[in-house]
Amino acid sequence: MIDLAFFQIVSGALFAIGLYGVLARRSAVLVLMSIELMLNAVNLNLIASAAFLDPSRFTGLIIAIFVITVAAAEVGLALAIVLRIFRNRATVNLDEIDLMKG
Amino acid sequence: MTWFFFFLISAMALGGGLGVVAARNVVHSALFLLLSLLAVAGLYVLLLTEFLALVQIFIYGGAIIIVLLFAIMLTRSREFPRITDNAQWPLAAVAALLFFGLLTFAFLVNRPEADERSRVAFTDLGRSLFTDWALPFEIASIVLLIALVGAIVIARDDGRRG
Repeated sequence: MIDLAFFQIVSGALFAIGLYGVLARRSAVLVLMSIELMLNAVNLNLIASAAFLDPSRFTGLIIAIFVITVAAAEVGLALAIVLRIFRNRATVNLDEIDLMKG
Repeated sequence: MTWFFFFLISAMALGGGLGVVAARNVVHSALFLLLSLLAVAGLYVLLLTEFLALVQIFIYGGAIIIVLLFAIMLTRSREFPRITDNAQWPLAAVAALLFFGLLTFAFLVNRPEADERSRVAFTDLGRSLFTDWALPFEIASIVLLIALVGAIVIARDDGRRG
């Protein structure tokens, strides 16, 4: 039987990849994709922990369902904002969107 | 056999993730993201939580990837080829590696006692969702409604606003 730690390490690796994407990418859409990767890593960790540690109750599974719901809401809203920025400034390059820079 | 599938699917998930952050072409990144999300659904199947795997495929594989592809098409411009990584990418790589090391250390040091895994029945999950978790469920619906209305208001054309 596969140990819980293997699933957790895979989820940690996915989260680290997403973290790199958020920090290093310049296109807003790519940053959003990396955020999706990070949310998936969190979900994987939640579900693995729920399946291994608490099989008789569903707390982890249900929180994972809520995470998926919030991720769907987040991606819809964030892409609307990206579209609006693109229409106003004709770019999705995050380094050029510095209106509030001091 | 389970080990074989575990390593195969994990490699697909991590390879897809690396593809997302390394691909030069944005559409390729979206397709790599799809691969990674489907592989994570496979991991859910290995964890005997088929319902979550279904939800993952429907919502991520269907809805979110489509919306992301729409956004890529709508924001496509001549500058896309030259939008790559910014200058801080080595720092980002160091930060990500350090974070991964920290997480791995924490997971390996703190290993709780695991119960025997058992299949989660659809019906029990649904009953729990609509009884014990009914209030959070309704709040989640309101969050979705507000987010979608807000998305429409933000993305709407200026000229048609009253």
